[in-house]
Amino acid sequence: MLSPEEKHEIDEELKHLPYKESAAIDALKIVQNHRGWVTDEALDDVGEYLDMSPDALDSIATFYNLIFRKPVGEHVIRICDSVSCYLTGYENLRDAITKKLGIKLGGTTEDNKFTFLPIQCLGTCDHAPAMMIDDELYRDLTPEKLDEIFAQYK
Amino acid sequence: MDRPLTHHIQPDKQPLSLKKYEKQGGYQAVQKALRDFDPVDLQNHVKEAGLKGRGGAGFNTGLKWSFVPMGDDAPRPKYLVANADEMEPGTFKDRLLMESNPHLFLEGIILSAYAIGAEKSYIFLRWAYHLSKKNLEKAIAGAYENNYLGENIQGSGFNLDLHIHISAGRYICGEETALLNALEGKRANPRAKPPFPQTSGLWGKPTIVQNVETLANVPGIVNNGINWYKDISNSEEDGGTKLYGVSGKVKNPGLWELPMGTTSREIIEEHAGGMQDGLKLNGWLPGGASTDFMVEEHLDVPMDYGSVMEIGSRLGTGTMIVLDDQTCPVGMIENLEHFFAQESCGWCTPCRDGLPWTEKILHAIEHGEGKMEDLDQLARHSKWLGPGKTYCALAPGAVEPLQSGLKYFREDFERHINEQRCPWS
Repeated sequence: MLSPEEKHEIDEELKHLPYKESAAIDALKIVQNHRGWVTDEALDDVGEYLDMSPDALDSIATFYNLIFRKPVGEHVIRICDSVSCYLTGYENLRDAITKKLGIKLGGTTEDNKFTFLPIQCLGTCDHAPAMMIDDELYRDLTPEKLDEIFAQYK
Repeated sequence: MDRPLTHHIQPDKQPLSLKKYEKQGGYQAVQKALRDFDPVDLQNHVKEAGLKGRGGAGFNTGLKWSFVPMGDDAPRPKYLVANADEMEPGTFKDRLLMESNPHLFLEGIILSAYAIGAEKSYIFLRWAYHLSKKNLEKAIAGAYENNYLGENIQGSGFNLDLHIHISAGRYICGEETALLNALEGKRANPRAKPPFPQTSGLWGKPTIVQNVETLANVPGIVNNGINWYKDISNSEEDGGTKLYGVSGKVKNPGLWELPMGTTSREIIEEHAGGMQDGLKLNGWLPGGASTDFMVEEHLDVPMDYGSVMEIGSRLGTGTMIVLDDQTCPVGMIENLEHFFAQESCGWCTPCRDGLPWTEKILHAIEHGEGKMEDLDQLARHSKWLGPGKTYCALAPGAVEPLQSGLKYFREDFERHINEQRCPWS
């Protein structure tokens, strides 16, 4: 069942859209925001609300890289692996994070605190290399700056 | 020098309030257009000014608008969509406009919607741009309060609604028909063209999709006229200014509004401060990941659409990615093809299968396992993935740095194969 909050937020999106199924991506993002990731049950719930089959929703959910069909940690680290960050040393940064947290790209720490993922160019290339943790952008990074950044997430 | 895109931007990059923006001449273009211009006049005005799409394609904006059905029997609603997805690697120009000059962008949306008679507009914004979202939401609320959006705008009888859609990711969403599918809540596969969005776009209705920087150019054209717009450019054909950027190992990476047609030499050496100490310039991608390399002999080419095309590349987004002599060109190209292979939507076979193949070959060469015939295979892929083989421009764009890399850095590729190692590692 969708929660009243989830329904309310989906209804807000529907106000701007001519058809129910047009809100599919928004609805998936909304349930993910409340539940952490999009479970099979969430697909059923959204499908019922938007008159769509869970399979149709799954084909959408699996297309977009910001929608999770698997559980993720409490915080999601996204490190830019695109060209400007490649030129300015993203690989050193990636390896330093792997060493620090003990997880490679795609992994989640044992305490479920962090999931570590690559992300496409973050559009801050004059301050490369860059990464985001949840909604927070970190730029002009060096491996030396990581301790201070991760201390905020203790 | 006139800087119509950035002169409202404060040193601290904080956006102006609507009132302060109005005091500095903001929203006068909307007032003027609604009062003095018929929508079709506005289309012609922008066409004559020579504004070309800043998202990379470089198509004449007013001409694009002229394909939208006008008049009482035109299908309704019509849509104006701002492409704020900015996911071309190495591109960071629209972020500045949305974070620091949101009202100029909104003014461009309102004017462009008026020109095509659209009553609904969407901003398709990438997820990562949180500050853009925050600043745009505030600006939009102000524009509604002051009747620059909503019903009967400034008493003109023109209505316009504006809503922000936050994307769920994928580079392909920047392709305009894929973007429309994403807005409709579907998988972002590009559509077959024709029909073009101008006649059958969002939910089958006439739609214009326009890049953020393009839209931000429109208020200046309305305020100051066609001759002014041509005069502030250094280019013969293309009007206006351009947000040029530089990333990579230069002394002062950044973004500057300069006359259209400024040379790479001026941008890289003067504005970006030249290469970092001890490094030499080896080449650069002029406008994002999907453009052909330029090299030293091209430093004095004016960076406008026609001049860059003449030397076999594209202006693209105008944000350059600089390759230094201490970085392996093969490694850089492998990084680029990894991106494109990952971002292929999988709809067309050449793109879905060809791009991972090129990535695999490049990986082998970079890691000392390449063979000479691999270079022929890469050259063949450059053709097989080129224009006309796929629904959209992702694959043709992907092979631009590859084909030009093979041309300008051939010796470096051969050294990797002869030495069975990366000479840079």
